[in-house]
Amino acid sequence: MTGPSLLEIAERVVGRAGVGIDVEAFAAHEQETEIRAYQGEVESLTVATSVGIGVRVVRDGRQGFAYAAALDEETVRETFDEALDNSRFGSVDEFAGVAEPDGVEPASLDLYRSELVDLPTADKVALALELEQATLAADPRVTGVESADYADSVYEAAVATSRGVAASARETGCYLAAYSLASDADETQTGFGFSVGRHPGELSAETAGTDAADRATRLLGAAKAPSRRLTVVLDPYVTARLLGIVGATLSGDAVLKGRSLFADRMHEAVGAPSLTLVDDATDPEAFTASAIDAEGLATRRVPLICDGVLQAFLYDTYTARRAGVSSTGSAVRGGFKGTPGVGAHALRLTPGDRSQTEIVSDIDDGLLVQGVTGLHSGVNAVSGDFSVGAEGLRIRDGETAEPIREVTIASTIQRLLMDVLEVGSDLEWLPMSAAGVTLAIADVTMSGT
Amino acid sequence: MRTGADFAEIFAEDRRSASAILDDGRVEEVVSGRDRGAGVRVVAGDTTGFAHTADLSAVGLAAAADAAAAAARRGGGGTQTVGVSALQNPRRLEVRIPPEEVSKDRKVALLTAADAAARSAGGAITQVSARYGDGRRRILVADSEGLFTSDDQVRTLFSVSCVATGDTGMQTGRESAGRTVGFELFDLYDVEQMARRAADRALTKLTAQPAPSGTMPVVVGPGGGGVLFHEACGHGLEADLVAKSASVFAGRIGETVAAPMVTLVDDGTMAGEWGHYGIDDEGKPAARNVLISGGVLTDYMWDRLRARKEGRASSGNGRRQSYQHLPMVRMTNTFIDNGDADPDDIVADTSHGVYVAQLGGGQVNTATGDFVFGMTEAYLIENGRITAPIREGNLIGNGPDVLTRIDALGNDFAMGSPGTCGKDGQGVPVGDGTPTLRVTALTVGGTAA
Repeated sequence: MTGPSLLEIAERVVGRAGVGIDVEAFAAHEQETEIRAYQGEVESLTVATSVGIGVRVVRDGRQGFAYAAALDEETVRETFDEALDNSRFGSVDEFAGVAEPDGVEPASLDLYRSELVDLPTADKVALALELEQATLAADPRVTGVESADYADSVYEAAVATSRGVAASARETGCYLAAYSLASDADETQTGFGFSVGRHPGELSAETAGTDAADRATRLLGAAKAPSRRLTVVLDPYVTARLLGIVGATLSGDAVLKGRSLFADRMHEAVGAPSLTLVDDATDPEAFTASAIDAEGLATRRVPLICDGVLQAFLYDTYTARRAGVSSTGSAVRGGFKGTPGVGAHALRLTPGDRSQTEIVSDIDDGLLVQGVTGLHSGVNAVSGDFSVGAEGLRIRDGETAEPIREVTIASTIQRLLMDVLEVGSDLEWLPMSAAGVTLAIADVTMSGT
Repeated sequence: MRTGADFAEIFAEDRRSASAILDDGRVEEVVSGRDRGAGVRVVAGDTTGFAHTADLSAVGLAAAADAAAAAARRGGGGTQTVGVSALQNPRRLEVRIPPEEVSKDRKVALLTAADAAARSAGGAITQVSARYGDGRRRILVADSEGLFTSDDQVRTLFSVSCVATGDTGMQTGRESAGRTVGFELFDLYDVEQMARRAADRALTKLTAQPAPSGTMPVVVGPGGGGVLFHEACGHGLEADLVAKSASVFAGRIGETVAAPMVTLVDDGTMAGEWGHYGIDDEGKPAARNVLISGGVLTDYMWDRLRARKEGRASSGNGRRQSYQHLPMVRMTNTFIDNGDADPDDIVADTSHGVYVAQLGGGQVNTATGDFVFGMTEAYLIENGRITAPIREGNLIGNGPDVLTRIDALGNDFAMGSPGTCGKDGQGVPVGDGTPTLRVTALTVGGTAA
């Protein structure tokens, strides 16, 4: 970038704060490349740069917000004025405010790789083409690749507040993702595979392609199964998605506003003793690692559940003030267009000692769940009701058996955590805000024929 | 346009949005936003190059065009001048009360009125949130075939969510209304009545029993079934997925795919509906497209790129989330026309099963046809009567199977709730509608035997 840095722009906005006015400015800049290969050609190639600023103003306990997808001086000034005007319409809230420095040093994380920035587009194209080829070559039953994508991002953000916060961070990230089609007679099954890294040298088209092919081919011949209660073994990817839901129930916002299942359960057993859940954005291995949160405070390691016992909730500045505690550095935001809220950054379960195969070997009657659907439509994080579409392999007498599709698995979030039998040893970071790991859970209802 | 390219297009967008959120009794957020930019698409052979920019100056646009052309790998060479006709400006979509002319006070007053109405439903209502949103989206499309056209789209949305707390824990209820209209939305919808309906839903569920597990007849109330069709076959009729053999409906034009009473229409011209527009995001006027007629598959939905390959016209279904995205085939307002059954008779004729009064979204794997959709308000049907409320969960089915298992269509057609349809990471507003309908066998993903 030429011209002023994001932090300079953010600090300039904050400088407009007058007496009795608190201001927060969040500025972001992102460069993205996205390449989709299809039948040996580039189907689409997108290159894009986006910038923007979000300005939050708190005056007399009233909050207003405005954003704009531009960083020129005139637009930034208009955005500030609009946020100030919007603050006239907010309710008075004694806890409303912007972050102030809390003395916690941000972790020293190196998440930026010039290797990615310097790589010519042609090399990225080659990776996408290689991914499609690797997926097709992995198994003769793979008849097509619905999508084979390379995507990367170079991201930079800065936050400043009138209370003295001034922080910025930059990072690179990239991934390969394949979605394969496997066919046998007139039946088709699908499977995904991916590989993530901070720069393209860390990506493996072979791994992503083989996973996509395996996931699809092992479902060939899948059928619906009779309804029954059984033990489910969640694949790491499925576990990561479940953790995302659990994280939402532990947000300080949900707790304060009476929307958390676990609001009154502090220091009680909410999970099986094998369950230890930590949110830690300072782990450089996490795809969503970040030294600062969305309000510019240092992220930190937050042990949420230890040996099954609830130990902490997640807080940003506002919810911490309201609860009379300190921020856990858990402010998140969906880019410059949104106000900060509370959320988990990088959840992980403490892994156990055994592999997925070893865990399966102990189960007489179960389902290895490879994919779930409808997490947004059949799971209610307030009531705890949990019901999702599932596909995978039946487990009989300690071994994986026939493939199953068009069934649901159901329980409640509360029971799922209590019914955990074992956490696997196969922890892996995925392109989401939680790590995957094999998870065995007893007594889940499978609905089918 | 650089020589060598087959097609080039510029899509410019100026979007202004305003929203206000009330939660926990306070007006938490009043937000204004502005997004403006352009996306340039260049197609050469089978390759699409795409670049977008928020810089609408001649320099910014030229840079984006160069990047897109280079992405299409046919950069360089001379320039081909394209004759562009005068701006074809279809009628501006009808808006009686432009939301930007309505004071923020009036918008905020809707929130507080909804909050009060919901809380007056009883002490068991322990939390209420309400959201107001409006957006004006002006788009302009010009392409190398001489097209030069524009559209001006205004949408207004209101939703209320409640939490009820009782001995059985917490339950939620939601009600939303959204149309492609201005502030006159509130001539049609009374926010206090919406709030009471959301509260009633939450209160009713406090006494809900676990949903059944297994396959049984399912009756879906008026409006709600639209989501079912959206997932069961709508996505599978999108020509881009069909072309990649990623749809169970590929190669089935002219075949019977549904019960003879089923006629499925996708109609972007339905004035005021949530999925309505004047032109799609490739400049093609919105159209009414019959997809299934009397149970026979008559056509797919098309965007420009896919239609060009087949030597036919686009069906006006090329949409994109914003100027930062490539267009693809998307639904608009998808609905099933009225049948002739009395809805009460449909229920009376069902000895046991589930009645779904409100659906909460869904998901489909178009390649296998397996889809889920969530029930957010549902009841048991026992001996032809709607009886006890049941808790939330997903239902799962297979599109081609379910379409043939529809055995009753009511005469009480209604449009459903406004939805955001996600595909390949892009969200667009869609509408749907159905009369009351019955599917003879669907799998309900609950936990009760």
